[in-house]
Amino acid sequence: MQPVATTFFFYFLAAVTVLSGVLVITRRNPVHSALALILALLGQAGLYLMLYAPFVAGVQIILYAGGIMVLFLFVIMLVSIEKSQKEEQFNNMWIVGLLAALALGALFIGVYVKGRDLFAGREVALPEQSNTQQIAILLYGNYMFAFEIASLLLLVAIIGAVVMAKKRI
Amino acid sequence: MVPITTLHYLVVAAALFVLGVIGVLTRRNVVIVLMSIELILNAVNLNLVAFSRLYGLHGQVFAIFVITDAAAEAAVGLGILIAFFRNKETVNVDEVDLLKW
Repeated sequence: MQPVATTFFFYFLAAVTVLSGVLVITRRNPVHSALALILALLGQAGLYLMLYAPFVAGVQIILYAGGIMVLFLFVIMLVSIEKSQKEEQFNNMWIVGLLAALALGALFIGVYVKGRDLFAGREVALPEQSNTQQIAILLYGNYMFAFEIASLLLLVAIIGAVVMAKKRI
Repeated sequence: MVPITTLHYLVVAAALFVLGVIGVLTRRNVVIVLMSIELILNAVNLNLVAFSRLYGLHGQVFAIFVITDAAAEAAVGLGILIAFFRNKETVNVDEVDLLKW
């Protein structure tokens, strides 16, 4: 039996996340979108905490809300947003895109409702205190090769970003 | 009172995913399209972490790899955006037609 607070915090964090997501895709000013996205990421970090994933929640806040969003805000500062704010914000096929996305969402919900018995009541409480240790053991054990490839990917991304943003090499 | 199950988290993740897809398909501003891609990646991460409660910690490790990917994608995407803005003085995806003939 779950305590009442679990239900309350789940719906609170889910509402924060989804409403901020709506704000991200509807605001005219990209800076407002970026701030709403930070709020969505923080709400999602709270959901990770509720799922017994404190390490992923910390990485989410430090790396996403702290790192990637600063990058976004810097680029918004570099490109001029005054002109784009006066223009039409949605392309002229927006109704088709909206309907396609909503059909995709209906498909998701249909599949989840139909197959919900597959994962009903199978939740196990993961060890909360040793979460970071367990992730480290997996990361440096089973996924050692993938971890090294990820570092290579980041190196390629750094070089790619510099090459793209530089005026002449 | 209905207990919060994995299904609840999956529905939240599906809502975030759909919001991201709507943003990618309908917005004209490249910066907001990139932010919508971040929303999509986050929805996938929420799914992975929700399933890690059923199948062990592998989902959380995979979520960390997806975050790494998202960082690389944001860096390269924003670099492309700066290069594009320098050439065309606009941030509208409709006007990205350099490779069309």
